[in-house]
Amino acid sequence: METAEIRIGVYICHCGINIASTVDVDRVRDSISQLPNVIVSRDFKYMCSDPGQELVRRDIKEKGLNRIVVASCSPRMHEPTFRMTIQQAGLNPYCLEMANIREQCSWVHEDREYATAKAVKLVSAAVAKVSLLEPLEEKEVEVRPEALVIGGGIAGIQASLDIADAGFKVYLVEREPSIGGHMAQLDKTFPTLDCSACILTPRMVEVERHPNIELLSYSEVIDVSGYIGNFHVKVRKKPRYIAMDKCTGCGMCAEACRMKGKIISEFDVGMGKRSVPYIPFPYAVPSKYTIDPENCLFITKGKCGKSPACKDACSSDAIDFEQKEEIVELDVGTIVVATGFDLFDAREKPEYGYGLYDNVLSGLEFERLVSSSGPTQGKIVIDDKEPRDVVFVQCVGSRDKSVGNEYCSRVCCMYTAKQAHLIHEKLPDAKLTVFYIDIRAFGKGYEEFYDRVREEGVRYIRGNVSEIIKKGDRLLVMAEDTLLGEPVDIEADLVVLATGIVPRKDVKEVGNLLKISRSPDGFFLESHPKMRPVDTATDGIYLAGCAQGPKDIPDTVAQAKGAASSAMTKMARGKVKVEVTTASVDTFVCRGCGRCVEVCEYGAPNLEEVEPGIFVSQINDSICKGCGACSVVCPSGAISMKHFKNEQILSQIAAVI
Amino acid sequence: MSEEFEPNIVGFACNWCSYAGADLAGTSRMKYPPNIRIIRVMCSGRVSPSFVLKAFQMGADGVLITGCHPGDCHYIAGNLKCEKTMETTRKLIDVLGIGEERLRLEWVSASEGSKFADVVTDFTNHIRGLGPILGKSQG
Repeated sequence: METAEIRIGVYICHCGINIASTVDVDRVRDSISQLPNVIVSRDFKYMCSDPGQELVRRDIKEKGLNRIVVASCSPRMHEPTFRMTIQQAGLNPYCLEMANIREQCSWVHEDREYATAKAVKLVSAAVAKVSLLEPLEEKEVEVRPEALVIGGGIAGIQASLDIADAGFKVYLVEREPSIGGHMAQLDKTFPTLDCSACILTPRMVEVERHPNIELLSYSEVIDVSGYIGNFHVKVRKKPRYIAMDKCTGCGMCAEACRMKGKIISEFDVGMGKRSVPYIPFPYAVPSKYTIDPENCLFITKGKCGKSPACKDACSSDAIDFEQKEEIVELDVGTIVVATGFDLFDAREKPEYGYGLYDNVLSGLEFERLVSSSGPTQGKIVIDDKEPRDVVFVQCVGSRDKSVGNEYCSRVCCMYTAKQAHLIHEKLPDAKLTVFYIDIRAFGKGYEEFYDRVREEGVRYIRGNVSEIIKKGDRLLVMAEDTLLGEPVDIEADLVVLATGIVPRKDVKEVGNLLKISRSPDGFFLESHPKMRPVDTATDGIYLAGCAQGPKDIPDTVAQAKGAASSAMTKMARGKVKVEVTTASVDTFVCRGCGRCVEVCEYGAPNLEEVEPGIFVSQINDSICKGCGACSVVCPSGAISMKHFKNEQILSQIAAVI
Repeated sequence: MSEEFEPNIVGFACNWCSYAGADLAGTSRMKYPPNIRIIRVMCSGRVSPSFVLKAFQMGADGVLITGCHPGDCHYIAGNLKCEKTMETTRKLIDVLGIGEERLRLEWVSASEGSKFADVVTDFTNHIRGLGPILGKSQG
């Protein structure tokens, strides 16, 4: 504890006119200068500028200041800046307190009198608190040179490859039997019309071959504990009932299966069928079969003919019904969350007849239909007939408050244009109509592609589709042309709904597992929408791809590289500063009741027997996150929360009123 | 300043959601009455009954605590702990004659700048309507 005289310097920022136009900065400066222990009280145009910071450093040295108050913007913005400033002048960085007179005063109030009076109170409270602040020692912990990447779509693949190429070990956990994600299901990619598989497969193979990547496919993360640098992760490896080391991927098991062709293929989104032993798609990685336990006769009924047909067919003796799930424990320094998205379920818009009529398809179903690896080998046929009239409906589940999705899914305008182009290429005589609200062709080459598709004869009608009904064996699409202001009915053989992107259905559970929050749209929340777009509020956990919000492939790859770079920055340095504002126990006051142990979510406090029968609480400050809940429940006042001590907060309360 | 009763309101906002929500209200230039003064705590679960009592003792007319939505707490469940503590605290201040309606707990996320402004406006009007805390002899 410091016993030296408290000498406070107070600096009030004009922030150009952001503060000064609403708050009378001169008056704040003068009233604050009257407070006890305030040695200097100054105002300055921009405190965060070099000359502003230099002012503080010079005063610390020349006037022997040992506590600093900066009244400016939110501490969430510049607290790190000014902590560094005072550290450069030889002060402990925790001898700083900020008063937020911009976001929480000048920007939200209009009356200069009131705003000035409030600013005086806020700065006084900061002065009161800073007088009682104590220097804290910063601690560094090691960052393990291993990363966990959750999700093996293109985001997770890219992040894994970048981190692994930099020389760090990567554990890539994918829930499905193969990596590849949604991108593997696409036929061509807009606007360049690259074949999706052609650009994705080499990357998937790279993942499999990379010496630094350990792929845990058909596995799920079930528990995450610890903190940046030292996360402890439990992963459940689901049984494939096929020995990975023996399976050659020959497919004899799937050929022999008694359920062959009877099970809906998830990969083909219901458009194709598979066997119980399956490989999601021909170029899957790993190229190993998996037995689907929910549909396997032997697993569900205990009997499959005389003996399981797959087992008899397998020449390498890979089928193993005795396989059990396995829990793998990993220690990693950083985590990249690339858990992807779900497609909007068009059944939530019953007026479109999706699920009712076979010729109303979702965007992804059409993608499988048109794909040369799809159930029709890329032939566009509905009920064995080539469609003559095709209608596309945009914004299905996006920009639609009635289904709770206010946001734009950012890919549907362009994938619709691409799908229209693909039909035009294969069926040049087909009449193609797109109903849209607005066309968002914002990416590189997107507007040009949209123009090209219109020139190919695709008709774009601005308007909302109100209903799709059956008319004979065709469909009648009823809509309003909002540019002409008149109703329009179009007959079609095929309707493709541009279904949007929604958060994965287990996004809440995954969020709780990682302790990361979500934005109102349900996707994971970045730490700052502009300046920290791949970070989460939890240090060491980064976001990539559609888990953070709808994105096209270029943006997903860019963000994945960003997340990888953030993770690598921490691992390359090998050390990171940890929370210093933790709780501590005065063992002389502690009566060993254990209420802190009960209330702590992290298991930081522990009762230890110091003498026979006498217990006191001890708090492990590497585990403590600094929430302060223990100090609230401590009946004897033995626990204090560093930097947010009772007396510090009480002094603030007294000063703000 | 006007003759009308202008209450003193002490606000406690958690660092991760509500304080950020309050900042967002500022960044978005939303307006709310200036009566509230916000004290930043890391978690709403850090707000001890003694803070609330101290505020009223020093002359506050209302105390507003804001925390993350249930399930979104940065510290897993500090907000729910706060809710429990404040239930009891509310009873306590009622017994003390302050009136339980002068203490409010609201959930405001980091993206709810407009909700923050609305909550503060509503609570300020509510306290303004209640008037100053009067002792029995005054009431």
